Order: sequence, then C-alpha cells, then structure tokens
Amino acid sequence: MKFVDEFRDAELGRAVAGEILSLVEPGRHYKLMEVCGGHTHSIYKYGIDDLLPANVELVHGPGCPVCVIPMGRVDDGIALAHQPGVIFTCFGDMMRIPGSDGSLLDAKAAGADIRMVYSPLDALRIAKQNPDREVVFFAIGFETTAPSTALTLKRARAEGVKNFSCMCSHVTIVPPLRALLESPDLRLDGFIGPGHVSTVVGARPFEFIPADYGKPVVIAGFEPLDILQAIEMILRQLKGGRCEVENQYKRVVPYAGNLRALEVLSEVFELRPHFEWRGLGFISHSGLKLSQAYADLDAELRFSVPGLRVADPKACQCGEVLKGVIKPWECKVFGTACTPERPIGTCMVSSEGACAAYYNFGRFAREREVV
Amino acid sequence: MADQATISEREQKILGIIETARGKRAKFRDSQINMAHGAGGKATQTLIEGLFAPAFGSETLNAMADAGAFEVEGVGLALTTDSYVVKPLRFPGGSIGELAVNGTVNDLSVSGARPLALSLSLILEEGLSADVLRAEVEAIAEAAAAAGVEIIAGDTKVVERGHADGMYVCTTGIGVRDPRASLSPSGLRPGDRILLSGRIGEHGTAIMLARNEFDLDASIESDTRSLWPVVDALLTEVGPELRCMRDATRGGVASVLNELARASTVAMIVREGEIPVLPEVAGAAEILGIDPMYVANEGKLVAFVAPEAAERALNALRSVPGCEQAVEIGEVRTDPPGLVLVQTSFGGKRVMDQLVGDPLPRIC
Repeated sequence: MKFVDEFRDAELGRAVAGEILSLVEPGRHYKLMEVCGGHTHSIYKYGIDDLLPANVELVHGPGCPVCVIPMGRVDDGIALAHQPGVIFTCFGDMMRIPGSDGSLLDAKAAGADIRMVYSPLDALRIAKQNPDREVVFFAIGFETTAPSTALTLKRARAEGVKNFSCMCSHVTIVPPLRALLESPDLRLDGFIGPGHVSTVVGARPFEFIPADYGKPVVIAGFEPLDILQAIEMILRQLKGGRCEVENQYKRVVPYAGNLRALEVLSEVFELRPHFEWRGLGFISHSGLKLSQAYADLDAELRFSVPGLRVADPKACQCGEVLKGVIKPWECKVFGTACTPERPIGTCMVSSEGACAAYYNFGRFAREREVV
Repeated sequence: MADQATISEREQKILGIIETARGKRAKFRDSQINMAHGAGGKATQTLIEGLFAPAFGSETLNAMADAGAFEVEGVGLALTTDSYVVKPLRFPGGSIGELAVNGTVNDLSVSGARPLALSLSLILEEGLSADVLRAEVEAIAEAAAAAGVEIIAGDTKVVERGHADGMYVCTTGIGVRDPRASLSPSGLRPGDRILLSGRIGEHGTAIMLARNEFDLDASIESDTRSLWPVVDALLTEVGPELRCMRDATRGGVASVLNELARASTVAMIVREGEIPVLPEVAGAAEILGIDPMYVANEGKLVAFVAPEAAERALNALRSVPGCEQAVEIGEVRTDPPGLVLVQTSFGGKRVMDQLVGDPLPRIC
C-alpha cells in the first residue's frame, strides 16, 4: 500500500532501533508513556517493544476511549437501548465493554435493537431510513472523533432529522494527562504524544507538560517507524538535557491544530463540570456534552436516563498501573477478582490494556525481559 | 534486595495462578447467548468445553476435531455437521448452497477422510422466492458433483416470515478415513513446519463488501471450494509425515493455530511477511481495522508436516490448481506452550491471541 508501506520498512526500523540503543545510558531505566490507544495498538501489532532495549519500558496511557468509559455510563446506554422504539447505535468495540450487569452485546442478545456503526453518519442514515424509530448514537472518543459527531449533529439539524439524538461521552485529552502528572508518585520520563488528537487540537495544548512538569513530549504518527522515531527523539531530548514538545507527525499535525474542527467543536459541545473515568475517577472538565444550541439533540435530555454511578471497586489500582507506580501483577485484584473474562478496571477491559496484555502474555513478556 | 526477591516470588505466584486458570477447562457461566458465542473464538470455546462436551461425554467429541472419527466393523469413518446462515445468500464467488457443500466436505477432508455423502436440511422462510431456492438447489447439486459426493438424505422445514432471513442450510457429511493418513491434533512436535495452501481473508472480505455496509468497493471473490484434491495431493506425497490439517474458516488462520497450540501444548512462530494476502483484502482490512489472519476463508487449509517433508509437501500443494500460492508460514516450537507468536514484517515479535469479540457475524 503506497504511503503506508514506506513507514513499515523493516530495514529503516532496524536503523532507528540502533540509534535508540546508542542513546540509552546503561543502568538507567526509561519509562515512556504512549498516551494514545492507537499507539498501544501499533506497538502491539508490530511488536515494537520487542525492538527496544530492555531498559526502555513503554507504559500504556489512558488514551483508549473505549476502556475509559465507566460502568455507570455503559449502564445508562443499556437503559436507553431498552427504551421502546429506540435503535441504539455505537462503535463495535464499545459493545463488549462491561457495565455493572453485562455489556451492550448482552443487552442486544436480550432483545434491545443495538447496531454497530463505523461512523456517526451511518447512525444518521439509519435514522433517516427508520423515521418511525428513535435513533440514538453513543458518541465516544477524544477530540479525534468529536468533530465527526459534531458534523453529524449539524447535518441532522440542517436536514431536519427529528428522530436522531446523541448520548455524548466524548472526552478531552489534557485533563487526564494533567491528573496523571499531578500525582506525586508518577514515575515517567517522557510522553509519546497522541497523533490523531493532535491533528485536531495541535501541538500547543501539550506545552504545559515540559513547562510545568519537566517531561519531554513527542507527538507521533501511528506507523511503526513513526513510533520508533518518536522514542528516539524523546531519548535524544533526555540525553541532551532538553525538555520540549516536538512534532514527529508534521506530515499531518499542524502546531495550531485544525481551526475549523475546533470551531465546530466549540459550537456543538461544551465542557461538563466533571466526567468519570474508569479506573481514574472523576476528573474536572474532562468530558463534553452537547451545547445549549444543540440541547434538543441530546439523548440524555430527550429520554430519561438513570444517570447511574457505579463506583469502581475500591481495590482496583488502574490509576497506579497507568502512572507506572506498580506493575499489573502488583495490583490487589489482578488475576483473581479482575480477569479478561470479568474485568474491573480499564487496563483489563481492552485486550491491549496493560493488565490484559500481562494476563495473556505475561510469560512471554517475562521471557523477553530476561533476554 | 530482600524486597526484590519477595516481589519476584509474588509475580511467580500470580503467573502460576493465571496458568492454572488458563489451563482449566472453560466454564460456561453466561446468562444468555450472544453473537460472540458463534464467532469461533473464546466464547465459542467456553460454550463447547463448558456445556456441550461435558454433557455428551464422548471421547470422540472431546478430541475437538473438525470431524468425529469412528470405526464400524474395521472401517474407519468420519462424521461432521454444519449449519450455514450466511447473509447475503449470494455473494461474489459463491452462495449459501455452494458453501454448505464445500464447508462440510472440507471438514471431512482436513480430518483425512474422503467425503462420501451428505445429508441436506433446509429451513426456508415463508415468502422465499422459488427462483432463489431453485438457484441454490442447482448450486448445491453442482458443488456436490464437483466434490464427488452424493446427497442421500434431506429434510425441509418452513418458518414464518421474518424468522430465517430467506434460508438456512444444514449439511451432515460422512467420509471414509484415508489409510494414508495418520493425523492427530495433539501430535504436533517442535520443529514441525506450518504450511498454508494459499491467500487468506478473501471469503470474509467478499461477504463484508457484499453487504454494502461500508461504502467500499473492490472486486474480491469468496474462495469457496472443495479441499479434497488438496488433501489428496498431500496424502499421496507426505501421508505418514503429515501431522494435522485444519481448514481456516471462521476466526481465520489465527484461530486454527491457537486451537492447535493449546491442544498440543506447543508454541508456534509465524512469519507474517510470508503470508499471502491480496492487496484489495489487505486494503479493506487496513481501513476497517481487522487483521486478515482472523478473517474467514472457505477454501484454505493449514497443514503441519515433519520438517524433512516440508518441501515435498509444499510442492504437492502447489501442483494443485488454485494452490499455486501455497507457502510455509512458520514452525512449531516448545516455548511458551499454548501461545502463537508472530514475527512481524517490521521485525518485532508478538503474541497472536485467540479472537475475543466477533468482527464479522454470519459469514458462513
């Protein structure tokens, strides 16, 4: 595939891996967080951590938009899906996320009309095809996916589609990062910045990380060479005693972001005072809801939603795992109360989460550490 | 230092707990059936190992092969059954009727049994057009003739409108076990080579595109075909050195490899770069975020052969029309037992896990 294969070149990869090796100080342990779930996926898919020296550790960050949705929110979605006449639409990977009493997949099996869509526009199309039904779109994701939800809502308004509404669970990237950085026991040396989010918000919002917390950030693309190069750039900053926001993903990310997308976001959404994150708790100004101007398309206002709050079990230590304070197996519930089949926290929910990966491949990972 | 030691002791203990839990026969504890139970991944395995196998207590069934092997008065036979619920009924490269014959024929073939005869059960929806039915009956007849099997028993049921999406087809196949074969899913040994009979991911992708759910356009055809000629060629050339075969249907090549790695408690290493995939299939998979290794095939098998027979087996495969792309994709190892590792084209290694969710329901 043209414009893709170039960024998957194994020979170039080996060259960058060699650079990385030359930048690493023996005896020093490096913990770098890739913020975005998309990076976690690429790292897993291409076996990137296998190409790194043993003392460079990648910590999977809070940027998987699916796994951070709290149980209460899933329960609300299920309650909505069970309302008579409702067609509930969501992205496929949301279907498996457990609520307090089963997932959307279970609700579908119990008779709710839940349909998987690849784009909010598909949900709008379903609404137009079923004028006698109420179609709800369960919107999730960071600033990456929020513009497409916003444009869909604008289109629904422009086309006068009355039976379409949105249950907005969009979140923003900066508040959870700040929450992580505020923690006194944080043990991270640098951040691989989220490439997709940055195409919308730009590189500027991440300036506070080096400025206020003294950690380097390199915004990276999603191909394996992008990620390796970003790691190399972070290590180079650390070695040279520099600390700044660098943009590895210049071919896509402008410093100021996508101004038109930001404009649409501020028109359609507004910040919630608080939003709950699975495993991380409530974080101020971290979630979006529909603005006053679009309140008539807000599913939470159109239907009665229970607004349940289901506390994460107290023993769950996802926060500490995310901060790199503890390893997955050091969590009190890991492998006993919390397993991939019955996950409690965000790190176990997604198959790429730190805990799920360790549960499934721990033996393999441990062997690699020894090597 | 003392602290370090306690920590690693604790890690050992937890890894031990996990290993015990994973090694245990899966329990079926779900309160209802959902789509994942039919996807061929973890949930399906839970259902089979946790509910069906213990209830029926059959040793043959417990072998978890594609077809059950049994003996009648000294003659080795194999029996298999399958239901077909694919949506849409017709798709580029095939149709439900053709699939219903080939799928069952293939389960017999990869079990080392020459397909003899099939039964055919049709569940038809009230209102189904007679022309659609006639076309499927013709497709069934043609596929059966091509595969050299006779349809010798059948049944018809009709259900109310809205209950069967046109038609469902169930076939049961019986075959005679070929004396040249000595196959066993638990017989894999370290060093055995893993062969693949051709390009992967075409059936699943063709169905997905035929549904028109994603405005994608590409000319990809299902690979549905009878695998008996392929198996026959392998048995002729490397019969005694052929350890095991599987047709990589639902859940794709990844699921087949995982099942066998677990059954034989061996590891496998697969070289991703060797796996042939049509550019159109790779493109569609890339856009939709699906790994072709998990996408269904309806005419591809994975064969495990002794290392010294690998080259002969590969030549035998490539001599069969339609299998020119056959390739060796990896080998069996000892460690870590039960896991399938992938050497990625980019150079890293990773685990290729069992399928958890269902990326694509009702593809066969």
